[in-house]
Amino acid sequence: MAECIECDAAISFPADAVEGEIVTCPECGAGFELVGGKDGMGLKPAQTVGEDWGE
Amino acid sequence: MSAGVAVLHDAVRWEEKALLEAGKRSGIPVRMVDCRELAIAPGTEPPVSGTILQRCVSYYRSIHSTAALEGAGARVINTLEAALLAGNKLFTHVLLRRAGVRTPRAAVAFSAEAAVRAIEGIGYPAVLKPTVGSWGRMVSRVNDRDAAEGVIEGRESMHPSYHAHYVEEFVRRPPRDIRAIVVGDEVVAAIYRASENWKTNTALGGRAEPCEVTGELEDVCIRARDAVRGQIVGVDLMEDEERGLVVHEVNGTTEYKNTVRVCGVDIPTKMLRYAAGLG
Repeated sequence: MAECIECDAAISFPADAVEGEIVTCPECGAGFELVGGKDGMGLKPAQTVGEDWGE
Repeated sequence: MSAGVAVLHDAVRWEEKALLEAGKRSGIPVRMVDCRELAIAPGTEPPVSGTILQRCVSYYRSIHSTAALEGAGARVINTLEAALLAGNKLFTHVLLRRAGVRTPRAAVAFSAEAAVRAIEGIGYPAVLKPTVGSWGRMVSRVNDRDAAEGVIEGRESMHPSYHAHYVEEFVRRPPRDIRAIVVGDEVVAAIYRASENWKTNTALGGRAEPCEVTGELEDVCIRARDAVRGQIVGVDLMEDEERGLVVHEVNGTTEYKNTVRVCGVDIPTKMLRYAAGLG
């Protein structure tokens, strides 16, 4: 669980969360990447979809 | 004992997480490797051991990391050759034609004036695409000369990579296309992508529905995979009203979330087993 950096809403992490996973704020829709830290998982703003992103 | 599989990523989407979970189910060791943390020197020991499944969402990060890792002696799926060939719609088109795989008629031109001529040679409506790109981004249907000139003028002011004006015929087809997932020699599953929008990408709201893998579909997909020298690919096809199946794209780092959801096939385990040399 963490607070949204944009709107302060609570964002819960999946039970099987992994570093690098993208989560979305349920209130404002902002995207974040899960990052590991000494106090457990945290959030950093996800990279904006790049011009070369795809499959 | 398998050396395991490294999943090389730059964002963990559903697909990459599914590979991690599949590793736990199948007993194949899976390591998640963030490409953004690597420094790779070709000619030295690769920083990632075992077979590497290339899953970066950034195309340029993907091809450059594959090149460097291969240069360091690593085995990467797909190879650099396949990634480059499948990653460019013109290259893929040329190779599909050479392999005798039906594909939409296409042309390329390198100036605004020649691009209009190329489009008018194909006939309206036509589809203008960047040679490199995904998720339907900047794919434009042009119905007449005014629209064509407008779209081309816009692209002429962009990065030079957009100045290779690639144009395809607009294929008459049902309001859907097909995405088939190929793992090694097997077409493991396929979906229809149905949409009221002429662009059927699920990234743009196309609905996924199961599609039977017929002998014809399998044959076309395997030949398309061979054309780009791929190993694990997503083949996109349309059902032309007259010609039948035509291949318009081969994806080198295919997404498969919706295919798993509607077909119930364990695609990530099949990918891992293939990468680990187990099937």
